[in-house]
Amino acid sequence: MDSQHRKKYWKENLKYLTILIFIWFVVSYGFGILFVDELNTIRMGGFKLGFWFAQQGSIYVFVILIFVYVRLMNKLDKKYKLDE
Amino acid sequence: MDIQTWTFLIVGLTFALYIGIAIWTRAKSTKDFYVAGGGVSPLANGLATGADWMSAASFLGMAGIIAFSGYDGSVYLMGWTGGYVLLALLLAPYLRKFGKFTVPDFIGDRYYSNVARTVAVIAALFVSFTYVAGQMRGVGVVFSRFLDVEVNTGVYIGMAVVLFYAFLGGMKGITYTQVAQYCVLIFAFMVPAIFISLMATGNPIPQIGFGSTGEDGVYLLDKLDGLMTDLGFTAYTDGTKSTMDVFFITAALMMGTAGLPHVIIRFFTVPKVRDARKSAGYALLFIAILYTTAPAIAVFARTNLMETVQDTPYEEIPPWFTKWESTGLIAWTDKNGDGKIQYLPGSAIDGGQPQFVESRGSSGQRMISNASTSPNELYVDRDITVLANPEIANLPNWVIALVAAGGLAAALSTAAGLLLVISTSISHDLIKKQIAPDISDKKELWIARFSAMLAVIVAGYFGIHPPGFVASVVALAFGLAASSFFPAIVMGIFSKRMNREGAISGMVAGLAITCYYIARFKLGWIGNPETATEANWWWGISPEGFGTVGMLVNFLIAILVSRFTPAPPEDVQEIVENIRIPSGVGEAIGH
Repeated sequence: MDSQHRKKYWKENLKYLTILIFIWFVVSYGFGILFVDELNTIRMGGFKLGFWFAQQGSIYVFVILIFVYVRLMNKLDKKYKLDE
Repeated sequence: MDIQTWTFLIVGLTFALYIGIAIWTRAKSTKDFYVAGGGVSPLANGLATGADWMSAASFLGMAGIIAFSGYDGSVYLMGWTGGYVLLALLLAPYLRKFGKFTVPDFIGDRYYSNVARTVAVIAALFVSFTYVAGQMRGVGVVFSRFLDVEVNTGVYIGMAVVLFYAFLGGMKGITYTQVAQYCVLIFAFMVPAIFISLMATGNPIPQIGFGSTGEDGVYLLDKLDGLMTDLGFTAYTDGTKSTMDVFFITAALMMGTAGLPHVIIRFFTVPKVRDARKSAGYALLFIAILYTTAPAIAVFARTNLMETVQDTPYEEIPPWFTKWESTGLIAWTDKNGDGKIQYLPGSAIDGGQPQFVESRGSSGQRMISNASTSPNELYVDRDITVLANPEIANLPNWVIALVAAGGLAAALSTAAGLLLVISTSISHDLIKKQIAPDISDKKELWIARFSAMLAVIVAGYFGIHPPGFVASVVALAFGLAASSFFPAIVMGIFSKRMNREGAISGMVAGLAITCYYIARFKLGWIGNPETATEANWWWGISPEGFGTVGMLVNFLIAILVSRFTPAPPEDVQEIVENIRIPSGVGEAIGH
């Protein structure tokens, strides 16, 4: 396998990582901690939104993020013929 | 049947199941023993990771911590789940591709140095021992509470059971037992939660229920906020910790989770790189079921407590109150002599636990000798939040017995996972890799078995004679994992330039500053204990959150030192190239 091919694969992987880690940071540290007071002025049923993100929403997003990453990477592996 | 009979029956059945699985999955090679032969399906590994991860503290304690800290409890919810995203994205697939048995294996090979390996072994042993000491105590406490035996007897029973399947099956036995234990614990957790949610809101899904309205048409959370602020508590949804501290504690728990050896090694057991990614997703999914239910239980329990006891005369209190009072987990002192219970902010007692005396008070309550001067009259142990649930909801006796089996499953599965890391560190990282590299596979397997036995005995000793720092175990274990392993592994994968000198100095610096801070402000071992107060914390960061600072120091020192020292040799850079590519994992397995 030539190194150009590997480099391109790694670069795409890093791009996915950056985007997903950014979302990870925003839903937990952003919505759940730093901007919790601002979001708490918005309501979703019986929940204040900031509180909901801190105790529920962030966890749901975490689960989704991992499964999105699994899908993206499986596709990427196939594209670069690095799957098994 | 009464509760006791049901408990013996259900606990007995689940134990028979665990032992049966252990016999069926005996380890035949060191690969079986260390990484379950590398043939566990991602789904099974996800289930096992869930059970491994959720300890007695998660099962019995977390809902209680949240119930009594409100928004502040979010640090545990986000911190202990968010780390799995880091694991899945930054660590697990690459470590699986690397394909050895332990975390020190990776550190030692990637940083081409036995010094780095030794630092990693010491850190792994330290983290695992601090963590397991609390777990064995937890096993004993669960046994004593449900089976009515002495705490120490409980520790012995727990030791015997764990020893049995760790000795026989190693990782293979532990993994398949944990799959069964996950099923037991999640069933035991969800059944009462669903019933309570139905009772409180008419909605069977607790996650939605606690954002719904009760019978009076008021949103549950609004009602709770109102009840609490009326009495002078901070509103449930607001919390009292500073934003800075919440941020740092959450980060320390996340990086710590991703750096804990007993969590990382779970991802060595699946066959392929893609399985490692997927299995982290399953693990978090299964963990999330419990972690999103716990805050709902917390709200139901806190509301129920506030509504039931406030200004209620002791004579009219429901029977669960007096039952838990008789076990010492609830205590009431009639400070203003009106015969009614006042539950207010502040601690009702001096010191951690109520000291009961023989006599009874004028209302028939148990008297205590260490009541505080605060107007708060009620002491409630946080653990009863989960334990008392089935009784408060009037559920049948078998559900209460099920909660006992669930608590035991949670405690045993976590203890077993940790013991494996300890025994592997001794037999593989120390003996095979450093002292006697020539021993045969068969001999190494026996050494692994005997180190497991040794680890159980030492852990049991700590369970029976808990060192004073057990209460700080969580801060310590997570802080140390965050400040040592997490940066070293991440840089080992994502930076080809990171070298031996940088990694070692980074780990040592991160560990040192975190240990110092915890010893100074949590344990009071260094400096004047009187100045070890919140006012003197650096940047307002609590010892629980200081692992984040340790991690930053580790990164910083490692990058600085590596700039001024030679780049790693060609063959090591080749390793890094190689672990970034998912294919060809078959060749990398084994020695």
